[in-house]
Amino acid sequence: MVDINPLIIFVASIFTNNMILSNFLGMCSFIAVSNEIETSLSLGQAVTFVLTFTSLLNYLIYNYILEPLGLEYLRFIIFIIVIAAFVQLVEMIIERFFEQLYYSLGIFLPLITVNCAILGVSLFMVIRDYNLIQAVLFGAGSGIGWTLAIVSLAGIRKKIKNAKLPKGLEGPGITLIITGIMALAFLGFSGIVQIQ
Amino acid sequence: MKAIKEIFIKGVIKDNPIFRQILGICSALAVTNLMMNSLVMGLGLMFVTGLSSFTVSMIRKFTPKHIRMMVQTLIISAFVIILDIFLKAYLPDMSKALGPYVGLIITNCIIMGRCEAYAQNNTPILSFFDGVTMGLGYTMILLFIAFFRELLGFGTVFGFQVMPESFTPWTLMIMPPGAFFMLGIVIWISKNLFKNDEGGVTNG
Repeated sequence: MVDINPLIIFVASIFTNNMILSNFLGMCSFIAVSNEIETSLSLGQAVTFVLTFTSLLNYLIYNYILEPLGLEYLRFIIFIIVIAAFVQLVEMIIERFFEQLYYSLGIFLPLITVNCAILGVSLFMVIRDYNLIQAVLFGAGSGIGWTLAIVSLAGIRKKIKNAKLPKGLEGPGITLIITGIMALAFLGFSGIVQIQ
Repeated sequence: MKAIKEIFIKGVIKDNPIFRQILGICSALAVTNLMMNSLVMGLGLMFVTGLSSFTVSMIRKFTPKHIRMMVQTLIISAFVIILDIFLKAYLPDMSKALGPYVGLIITNCIIMGRCEAYAQNNTPILSFFDGVTMGLGYTMILLFIAFFRELLGFGTVFGFQVMPESFTPWTLMIMPPGAFFMLGIVIWISKNLFKNDEGGVTNG
């Protein structure tokens, strides 16, 4: 067990160990969906929600089922199944009870299953040997950090929509360069707290 | 033979997963600070893409349509587990350096994309080649990015010192921002090189 205050992990996973800007996780939807501030905010919320609960579920399954049975190597399959099943469940619940939300989030929910940030958080949690509270706060923090990054990127992209760019740089090219500059800015936080 | 050649050109240049389709870039960015890491990652990806395309294609006639995604994911996970165990056993240092990114091959959209787009409708042998060449195209870009990052960041290539002693390493290149800048530039260059044939799909 690592002995780090869970709150430090929470803050660190938002700022210094941001999922996108320092671990490059969840890039696919990060680039594809960051056109509009509102849609990226909804996606961010969905990701945060799923991230928090899957890290809890995966923690419990890994520590109470897989480890006692000595089946650690099965974790990839188990984690991905848990994530897929959880996303499916959330989708059904939202569809049944919160119709409004379903239509605004609808298409993003299935996408979350293949968002590498979700699986990445579960794997990091195992590698860094977090305890339950640390794992859950790590999940929540990562989700918030991801949301922060995607929403700010959407804001910047909105501003440069009218700018004249070199032909080949439009679209993904410039998005990556902006992300690079954002990552540079976030490096400024790295002195505050540090987890690995 | 002709079909194989066509697949090869497509996988490496025309539909290159990274710069044409912007797929699977999470790992492309994360492991490219050293060339050795990129090479191992690339080979691992080739192994997984090739064999999972092969397997998906083998059982494509018996897989019910509506659960095929789940089946594909399970097949991919199985191969990733093999890869992970192999790395742990024979290259323990490499396995540590790559950390969770080996496991994240599962969510690498390239593999799922090829299973869905190609292996689902083609024979096993062709699918296998398609997967391997897609992996090859991916590996090449990975090595290209890693070459510059390692050269400028550490002054080395594959761990051998090539820059003169007086060279000051650009630490920025081995940190995350360097990766984003490099990939952005690679996409920019490739778009200028291949701008006459439009139609690269840009989604994840």
